[in-house]
Amino acid sequence: MTTVKSLMQPHRIVMMALFAAFVLWCALSMRWDWIPKYAPLALEGLWTTLWILVVTTVLGFLLAIPLGLAQAIGPWYLSAPARLFCTVIRGTPLLLQIWLLYYGLGSLFPQFPWIRSSELWPYLRQAWPYAVMALTLSYAGYEGEVMRGAFSGVAKGQLEAAKSFGMPRFTMFRRIWLPQAIRNVLPTLGGETILQLKATPLVATITVVEIYAVSSRVRADTFIVYEPLLLLALAYMIIAGLIGLAFKRFENQGPGRR
Amino acid sequence: MPSAALADQAPPTAQATATQRAAVQVEDLHKSFGNLEVLKGVSLTAKQGDVVAIIGGSGSGKSTMLRCINFLETPSAGKIIIDGEEIEMRADGSPANRRQIERIRTRLAMVFQSFNLWSHRTLLENVIEVPVHVLKQPRAEAIAKARKLLVRVGLADKEEAFPAFLSGGQQQRAAIARALAVDPGVMLFDEPTSALDPELVGEVLTVIRDLAAEGRTMLLVTHEMRFAREVADHVVYLYQGRIEEQGPPAEVFGNPKSERLQQFLKSVS
Repeated sequence: MTTVKSLMQPHRIVMMALFAAFVLWCALSMRWDWIPKYAPLALEGLWTTLWILVVTTVLGFLLAIPLGLAQAIGPWYLSAPARLFCTVIRGTPLLLQIWLLYYGLGSLFPQFPWIRSSELWPYLRQAWPYAVMALTLSYAGYEGEVMRGAFSGVAKGQLEAAKSFGMPRFTMFRRIWLPQAIRNVLPTLGGETILQLKATPLVATITVVEIYAVSSRVRADTFIVYEPLLLLALAYMIIAGLIGLAFKRFENQGPGRR
Repeated sequence: MPSAALADQAPPTAQATATQRAAVQVEDLHKSFGNLEVLKGVSLTAKQGDVVAIIGGSGSGKSTMLRCINFLETPSAGKIIIDGEEIEMRADGSPANRRQIERIRTRLAMVFQSFNLWSHRTLLENVIEVPVHVLKQPRAEAIAKARKLLVRVGLADKEEAFPAFLSGGQQQRAAIARALAVDPGVMLFDEPTSALDPELVGEVLTVIRDLAAEGRTMLLVTHEMRFAREVADHVVYLYQGRIEEQGPPAEVFGNPKSERLQQFLKSVS
């Protein structure tokens, strides 16, 4: 725990003073007059970043559970494809996956009349479904591997105890196995979620306007380079910090270490 | 004689004529791990209210036998009959009917050497887990009963604690409360004190002694010879996967016939 007293060390006071000076210098001698004009767009971009992050981590994690389970205990015809999926996803750049989905699938779909005439077409013509799909699959690939280890890592005795009381298999999974597996990898998941946040700017390359795309737009319009980037860095740091705090809270709720 | 567990040579007809239905009946049980045959034909009967102690050296197959009774290990061959109901087995010994196994397991409660309390739940949650989520009892009822059980094992003030914060003896007593919460027909104890520090063994044995005194049917794998002698109605000595000698505790401990048992008793006392 940091207390006020622990902050009042000489070397810390110097560091804080330096940082304050830097902030002050940024505020006074850099150009911020563009902010009012671009604030509405920046807020929209921030919102896009946040919902893409939340949706893809949630969907990706839901997908990672069966992927991990298949690899941990599945028969070969489930574990082999799951392993292949995780290997391919983890072995190729995310940027490539996004482009393959957007330019590949995206140009394939219009060739099928039944897709063009389907209810989904208005969405499939836009960029964000491909961004969501690519980021979801990517998160699922990494977390599938994490969950494989998590499921295997739950002590055998915990499951044996459930079994010995006649607990049905699904109840055992839901009540004992999954909660313990997730608890064991919460710190990893927190880190991976922050990585996912920092992967979101890649979707700007397929025309999704999130917070990074907004900063590029400011630079292109006004030729101001550093100020929007600094603000962008600050925004990502704040979100990453909030994710870290949220996971810390989850971790502290339980029994601590086994 | 307080009990009548049968020798493993006894013909099945003798068991069928037993006046009282056996709580647990094991017939000609075999179990192999690969090429290693751990159980080589063990038969055993425990009547309602019997306390059967199973003793033997390490590797004698005593834990494996206990774990075969609730199918934590699948037997290679033989018969398991719980309260008159035979567990359906395939030719390879695997359970043929998962529902049946699950139903029968709810009447057998096991206490493990390493406690195996669910580490992500508090003691109270551990005790109500099976009543609420397997037996579908109302939650409030299960909680009321769980509190009584925790009082009984001396853990009334620990219901909100997580297992990791308790001593081994406390964990094992909580595990016994968890087992009692399902109103088991038979309790299976798999070396319940072997993982405990010596000074914590007594508190757990006291709880088990109480249960024996109230007439619960129990199968107890143990290394505590003095305790086995004191609480058991019947003692079984396993040696290399076979029952080498069995009988009332006074006989088995006081006047062992088998040379191996004599040596074993000398080595552990």
